[in-house]
Amino acid sequence: MREVSRRRRLRQHHSLYARPANEMSFGPHLFLAFLEGTVTAFVLALTALGLSLVFGVMRIVNVAHGEFFMLGAVLAWYCTALLGGSPMVGFALALIVAPLLVGAIALAADWLVLKRVDYNPESTIVATIGLLYIVQQLVLTVFGPEARPVEAPIYFRVSFPWFGYSGYKLIVAALSALLLLGTWYALSHTKLGLYMRATQQDYEIAQAFGVPVRRVYATVFALGAMLAAVAGVLIVPVQQAHYLMGLDPLLLSFIVVIIGGLGSLKGTVVAAFVIGISDGMVSVFFSPTLAKILATLLVAAVLVVRPNGLFGDNRT
Amino acid sequence: MISGRTRRIVVLHLAIIGLLFVLQFVLPAYHHTNLARIMVLATFAMGYNILFGYTGLMSLGHAMFFAAGMYGAGLCVYYLQFGAGAAFVLGILAGVSLAAVFGLFALRTTGVSFLIVTMMFGQACYLTLLYFNEITLGDQGFTVSGNLQALHQAGVGFAYSDPDVKFNAAWLVFAGALSISTAIAASPIGRVLIAVRVNEERTRLLGYNTFAYKWLALCVSGAIAGAAGAAYALLFSYVGASFASILYSIYPLLWTLLGGAGTTLGPLVGTGVMFYLIDLTSGWTAAYLFIVGGSLLALVLWFPQGLMGAVRARWARWLP
Amino acid sequence: MKKSEQKPNTKTGDTFKLTRRRALKSGIALTAGGGVAGLTGGYLAGPLAGSVHGQGSDRPIRIGFQVHRTGIGAVYGRWYERTSTAAANYINSIGGIAGRPVEIVPEDDGTDPKRGAEVVEKLAVQHKVDFIYGPLFSHVVIGSAPRAGELKIPYFVVSEGYHVASGKLNRYVFQPGITDVRAQITSISSWVMNNLGKKVTMFFPDYAFGYDHRDYFSAEVKKQGGSIGELLAIPPTESSYTRYFPRIPADTEVLYHVMVGPGVLTFVKEMGEHFGSNRPQIFGFIDSLEGVDIATPGLDFLEGTHLWEAFPRYASSSDTRYSKAFRDAVGVDANGASKDDPKDVATYSHMWGVWETLFVIKEAVEQSGYRSRQDYPALIETLESFEWFNEGMGHPQGGKKFVGALHQCYGKQHISRVANGKLNVVHTTSIDDGMYEPEGDYRTQSL
Repeated sequence: MREVSRRRRLRQHHSLYARPANEMSFGPHLFLAFLEGTVTAFVLALTALGLSLVFGVMRIVNVAHGEFFMLGAVLAWYCTALLGGSPMVGFALALIVAPLLVGAIALAADWLVLKRVDYNPESTIVATIGLLYIVQQLVLTVFGPEARPVEAPIYFRVSFPWFGYSGYKLIVAALSALLLLGTWYALSHTKLGLYMRATQQDYEIAQAFGVPVRRVYATVFALGAMLAAVAGVLIVPVQQAHYLMGLDPLLLSFIVVIIGGLGSLKGTVVAAFVIGISDGMVSVFFSPTLAKILATLLVAAVLVVRPNGLFGDNRT
Repeated sequence: MISGRTRRIVVLHLAIIGLLFVLQFVLPAYHHTNLARIMVLATFAMGYNILFGYTGLMSLGHAMFFAAGMYGAGLCVYYLQFGAGAAFVLGILAGVSLAAVFGLFALRTTGVSFLIVTMMFGQACYLTLLYFNEITLGDQGFTVSGNLQALHQAGVGFAYSDPDVKFNAAWLVFAGALSISTAIAASPIGRVLIAVRVNEERTRLLGYNTFAYKWLALCVSGAIAGAAGAAYALLFSYVGASFASILYSIYPLLWTLLGGAGTTLGPLVGTGVMFYLIDLTSGWTAAYLFIVGGSLLALVLWFPQGLMGAVRARWARWLP
Repeated sequence: MKKSEQKPNTKTGDTFKLTRRRALKSGIALTAGGGVAGLTGGYLAGPLAGSVHGQGSDRPIRIGFQVHRTGIGAVYGRWYERTSTAAANYINSIGGIAGRPVEIVPEDDGTDPKRGAEVVEKLAVQHKVDFIYGPLFSHVVIGSAPRAGELKIPYFVVSEGYHVASGKLNRYVFQPGITDVRAQITSISSWVMNNLGKKVTMFFPDYAFGYDHRDYFSAEVKKQGGSIGELLAIPPTESSYTRYFPRIPADTEVLYHVMVGPGVLTFVKEMGEHFGSNRPQIFGFIDSLEGVDIATPGLDFLEGTHLWEAFPRYASSSDTRYSKAFRDAVGVDANGASKDDPKDVATYSHMWGVWETLFVIKEAVEQSGYRSRQDYPALIETLESFEWFNEGMGHPQGGKKFVGALHQCYGKQHISRVANGKLNVVHTTSIDDGMYEPEGDYRTQSL
């Protein structure tokens, strides 16, 4: 009891509500929260893109998605550290190497395990948890446990009258928008996209119409992993490469994909904005941890009200 | 009327409970305490199994029920000097109340949406424990041994540090949870739960209030998870927020799938195998996660229904 | 019911009594050892136990090393293990402990309190080590300590947490090799207030580790006539910090930061982006940047800011010969990185605690005449009677005061300024700067 009262006394400063009046005036603060929320939203959408494809088309939970993301980040660090010199060169190399390598790992996993368990949802969870452990241990053994910083290929600081902001974050947001557009185009205008949509809508009918469903699955799984790796490469300059960094993007991606509604690219993007902006805005008004709690509950409430997500169809 | 199957089930489970009891006289000290730990953790997994294995609701937030039990019991001992018995009951109450309230909201969703809602509530609970750190002492947690008085029964003192007290208390909790989950699995309620898992729509059309059944399953599941959390706090004397983190929601899922979801003995087998897999391999190599990960892949390839699921499919179809 | 746990202990004791009396030749002792191993049934302990019991008084002192090889503490764990190996090699090269060689028995705890308690069990009961030492993360220490107390095995933590000194653990837990965080904070507070400013805003993780900073530093600030503008506890799930910087009051003179985990670099970088060149004074704990090269691109912003260090990472001309010898023995270059890989930066302000702890164990064993587990009470009482550790090869960071009632040691601290991507010590505290009123006395607990 003594311990508690002491801690209480010491904590009287730690008020529930922030006091924006003391600090940066309210308008700029809100603007920063909005800016940060938008960037977070694009980062989220980018991270979740691969999972959205896999989840939407194959209806399996790939727990190793975050590890593919982490591999992309770690490979970005490795490439830039290996080449040295301008970070641009290593970064460009990473953008090619990371998706290829990670895609190959995903293909191998699909061929060696997932195909053999017939994409059974429960088996897939256990298998991808196994994969998660293996990838984590691989990175820990080969690259070590340190958090590795990666220099941004293009770096500048945007100076607003009230605060500064990372220019690279804005670039990531733009690149994320491009990748989202590209994926949307591929889904709606290519033969693979057609196959994917057909498989997503009805596996058996698609097969009856001659869609090579198994190959579509393998391709989608690899594509999802490659997108995760690209996201990892792009995002690592604003975070660090670390062998345990995969869990948070995994959870966030899940949330985004399911709030958005299964298999809806539009939903994924909208959900990313709902989460990103609410996270940013709530943090203006409450202390950090309380803001996180409220934002989390808010997002959960969306699902309770709309159990199939914002843009979900009625099949779950 | 006791059918042959029921008799077999009862005999088998009593035999397992009896065997576990006898093991304390045989096992060397190290494995003696390990088994006590495994029984407590398997209780957690059994609670999970009722919701996931039987009812088909996959949760990724079950750590909150374990933590509710753990903190419910631990805080009472730490601040209010409760005895172990009262603290244990309070822990169960904490688990079941959280499940009851949470279920009213979360059970509006099914499938992956339920998965996400549980995960987010679980995360919110974890952050809440950190937020109220003046009371919970945050991630660092606290020990309860200093505040827990030895239990005095019929003039004999039982100290919780005594390995025999630990073992037998863990055994009692485990036996209770196994009996409850076996009784449910073998009862008409269990059959409705399985029906909900297989086809909820059809079950509803048959006239069952599926929401009520799911809510009941969640409450029982939360109570058992809470009991496990309370037992862990009291027997192993530590309460900390790491037990509320997402990792401790993934563990019971993993243990249950490994041992066989929807089998009464699966959680025990899964928890035990996973415990010793890590314990043995970490002794040989620093890279033991390779072996753990590889074993999971092997399991999925050759025993997709989990270990007990495979036993049931191949040799004993009558297993509940 | 006879507890199987006690059988091996009594047996072990008998064996040693016999060997001490030299009534039995080593061959017979070997057989006895084999018998013990058989009784315990340990799947790994068998051969080890056999070799242990076979060598009479040359039997090694076995020290269990609970190490964070995986999990969030792995960076620290890696360097703790390197330091531990170096310390054991050094001790063996100067004749071991009480003439007996030291054998380190490492076991990974995954930086998890649940596994930590299991590892204590495994080391104590299965590997039958003499002592256990090594954990860093507070939640692992607090999760493991009760079991060490129940098993009655001395447990030496190298955590810098305030848990041991707070009196909340038990009589078997010691922290004799690293100053606790409360003393660290208390000792540097007046320098920060007098040289950097009195209006302070604090950033810390929403972890117990952060709460110690929050509580003890803000208490000192108030005591010394300063004020706290804002206390910002950042949730551990956070990976971006930009949105929290507007919370910093405009009149803040000193920004105090202590972040842990892989997000720390992002924190510092984003802080730089936010402030640009127009920043308040910044003071942080090196924990924010342990294992990270100060010259990393993006950290240029830290130029001119101050950091607490326990043991200066960068070699300087004023280093003592012990400090140099320690650096050399662990394999660290003048910049605080591995000699084999300049990118592999050490956790230099923490890992020396592992080295010094091992020497405290050596001293306690030698002074108490410890031979086997039955001598624990004598060992613990000897430890509790210690008051001072001299600077030397065993204590390269400096001389230390030891308070037996709290099981805690106290050493000097440093404040360093970042200049040209390196850290230069600008102030060194005295040990008395960090002392506080004790809140407990372990010696009143029974053994």
